[in-house]
Amino acid sequence: MAKLLVGHLSDIDIKGSRTIRVQDTEIAVFRLSDGSVRAVENRCPHKNGRLSEGMVCGDAIHCPLHDWKIDLKSGRVHEPDDGCVTTYVTEVEPESGSIYVTI
Amino acid sequence: MKTTKKLVMIGNGMAGVRAIEHLIKLAPDSYEITIFGAEPHPNYNRIMLSTVLAGGSSMDEIIINDLQWYEDNRIRLYTGEPVVKIDSANRKVISRSGIEAEYDKVIIATGSKAFILPIPGADKEGVIGFRDIADCETMMDASKTYRKAAVIGGGLLGLEAARGLLNLGMDVTVIHINGHLMDRQLDEPSGRMLQRELEAQGMKFLLKKQTLEITGKKRAQGLKFADGTSLEADLVVMAVGIRPNVEVAGASGIDVNRGIVVSDWMETNVPDVYAVGECVEHRGIGYGLVAPLYEQGAVLAKRLAGIETDGYTGSVTSTKLKVSGVDVFSAGEFKDSPDSRSLKIQDEVGGVYKKLVIRDNKLAGAVLFGDTADGASLFSLIKSGESIAGREKELLLGIPSELMGQSKGAKFESMPDDEIVCGCNGVSKAAIGEAITAKGCTSVADIKACTKASASCGGCKPLVEGLLHFYAGDAATESKEGICGCTSLSREEVIDEIKRMRLMTVKEVMNVLEWRESEGCSKCRPALNYYLGMLWPEEYVDEKESRITNERYHANIQKDGTYSVVPRIYGGVTSPADLKKIATVAEKYNVPLVKFTGGQRIDLLGVKKEDLPGMWEDLDMPSGHAYGKTLRTVKTCVGNTFCRFGTQDAMGMGIKLEKAFERLNTPAKVKLAVSGCPRNCAEATIKDFGVVAIDGGWELHVGGNGGIHVRATDLLCTVKTDDEVIEWASAYLQYYRENARWNERTSNWIERVGLDSVKEALAKKEDREALVERIEKTLSLTTDPWKEIIENRELRKNFEPLADVQTVKQ
Repeated sequence: MAKLLVGHLSDIDIKGSRTIRVQDTEIAVFRLSDGSVRAVENRCPHKNGRLSEGMVCGDAIHCPLHDWKIDLKSGRVHEPDDGCVTTYVTEVEPESGSIYVTI
Repeated sequence: MKTTKKLVMIGNGMAGVRAIEHLIKLAPDSYEITIFGAEPHPNYNRIMLSTVLAGGSSMDEIIINDLQWYEDNRIRLYTGEPVVKIDSANRKVISRSGIEAEYDKVIIATGSKAFILPIPGADKEGVIGFRDIADCETMMDASKTYRKAAVIGGGLLGLEAARGLLNLGMDVTVIHINGHLMDRQLDEPSGRMLQRELEAQGMKFLLKKQTLEITGKKRAQGLKFADGTSLEADLVVMAVGIRPNVEVAGASGIDVNRGIVVSDWMETNVPDVYAVGECVEHRGIGYGLVAPLYEQGAVLAKRLAGIETDGYTGSVTSTKLKVSGVDVFSAGEFKDSPDSRSLKIQDEVGGVYKKLVIRDNKLAGAVLFGDTADGASLFSLIKSGESIAGREKELLLGIPSELMGQSKGAKFESMPDDEIVCGCNGVSKAAIGEAITAKGCTSVADIKACTKASASCGGCKPLVEGLLHFYAGDAATESKEGICGCTSLSREEVIDEIKRMRLMTVKEVMNVLEWRESEGCSKCRPALNYYLGMLWPEEYVDEKESRITNERYHANIQKDGTYSVVPRIYGGVTSPADLKKIATVAEKYNVPLVKFTGGQRIDLLGVKKEDLPGMWEDLDMPSGHAYGKTLRTVKTCVGNTFCRFGTQDAMGMGIKLEKAFERLNTPAKVKLAVSGCPRNCAEATIKDFGVVAIDGGWELHVGGNGGIHVRATDLLCTVKTDDEVIEWASAYLQYYRENARWNERTSNWIERVGLDSVKEALAKKEDREALVERIEKTLSLTTDPWKEIIENRELRKNFEPLADVQTVKQ
């Protein structure tokens, strides 16, 4: 386990996303409108769509390829589809706005 | 002990006497009845007057109740004795010659008279309406002396009068103010077919003519029209409508609008005074056809007989034209409206036209021409309001589905369980069946939510609907579908609220209109973003986070997460220099695939997201917008620049159109094409807006699609100049922008709202100009998105990774 500094809040638009690559894994980091930051593996369990490019609605991300809806907190896919993506613990330092992702 | 009350009826026509007949059956001997008739005849069948005129019946044959009937029922009848007043204080009616009759209840059934246009000369000899036996006699007499007849009014009555005059050997011209005949009952195609048929019988027509004056000395000699033309005529029949006879009611303190105002139980505002028939106005409507009047009569009879009854609630009417050799039937709605759909057969060779207007799976109206055999059964379906889902074509063709090859049920029964119904989401027949039978889905929306069937392209929706009816039968419901699962509001409701409350952001719309999901979903967010931008082009700030992926990255996302780049090449006309530049960029960025698109553009596929801004910068060309809900391409043929068949400069027009509309946000993608001659090499007739050159002008075609459901365009109009092409294209596209649902292609939109409604909206020059002004305002505010991103660091960052961590310390 390692806590990585990946960037600052200002690097990510609200309801937007940026990606980080950690060795062979691409992770999508989202900034939600409630101020929280979420990180999940950037691969839809359906057809590997890059979730970072989807639309953020509340706590969910819609995959850009076939509109699967995935909960960014739990990583679970919404009904009627089924599946799960890996989630990562995130932390935002209030004073500096630094974003940490625990791998 | 039964007391006999006195009932007086003013008027001796079909509606009133029918009510009396009914009353006598329901409550014999409960009233002592007196009837006053203005005409010197017993009750006769006014509808048959045209048959009398046409020589099919004698006057005697059209009498419904002869004098013996009145005697048998102990009804005192005064003929030729109009009533002038009801004295409600003393409960008696008073006739013109002073006869007074006391009453306990009184019925006004004075009917209507022909409306005589208030134009100079209308009082001349030889000018009549077509309403009663006297009019018939005038016409018959005139035909013995005179030759030229003019009938003003191309409606039901006018045509029947004209046919009768033709039978009497007269030279008949029908003058109609509208562009087609019977425009109150028929749409344009059927109206035109009717005209052709009547012309073949010898009738002449002057359409879109307004009569200003009837000329002549004592007797009519001719007509003068608003356009300066004139017509010779020594008999003029006015058949432009009817006016309720309300004089008696008016003189007696009874509420009158156009007709005598009555309640659902045919009561006027004065106690014990009722009214029925053509003289009344019920819920704002006056009827001039016999069936509704009989319905009113039935309610009135029950009321007077003291029998509990539901009130009269208005009628759907049907019409048949009684002209031999011509079969016309019309019932309910006959025009297309935004919320109805229609099915049509137009067989101009066999002279048959059929149209069904359907709303919410129910038959809302029908027009039949040439073959009216199904009129009665269609009319009963309209009145019953039952669902006709799945039977539409059967009803249109008049053939039971079993005879049309396979029946619907059989089709679904024989479908294998593993057959994929929804190709986009891989949903089988069995999965849909299970959703209905095991999971309790009862609507297409339920099935969509449960299985995703029809959730993507929507092409399988009819099949899903069919399966729903197959498995669920009568349990199938039409759930009200909002624009997405977050709301039950329709597009129109959302737009109305946005306008009404001047909502300015997506968030505001969702808050105010109580969205179920506070941040919406991938369906409503882009839709609302579009609607707000369309409604408030100047004030609204586009929300890129509510744009679909392709529109956020200004490139088409591919299945492997790479993107494609399509630079703008106006009209598909390029140059060696541009081609070299594109080739250099493709090599520099190792583009794996270079391909020509279906719309004549060059597609650079397999580009990594982070390379996009760099490539755009190197290309230094505008975005081709191959990814958005916007103008895609204008496909062109070579036109008269090189082609020996070309009649116009197709490439020049294509470039002009593409430059005019590039970057325009639209509900769904929009594709254009321009062909230089009717050979149509640019395939303009399967485009959203297609332009086909003809010698000396351009045909403008709309609503075509080469996609999920191939649809050929409808011809919108033909214009002469290049400027007119741009004007019509602008007006049409703006009207589409303002009226279509988000993600609705023009083909689906036109099918939904009907071509006629679009034509109507664009018909007037001033309306087109207003639309042009709005689209130009919107277009003036657009900028090239590639350039914007290249120059703006904040926007550009989203194309780059945030961090690349090669080693992680444990």
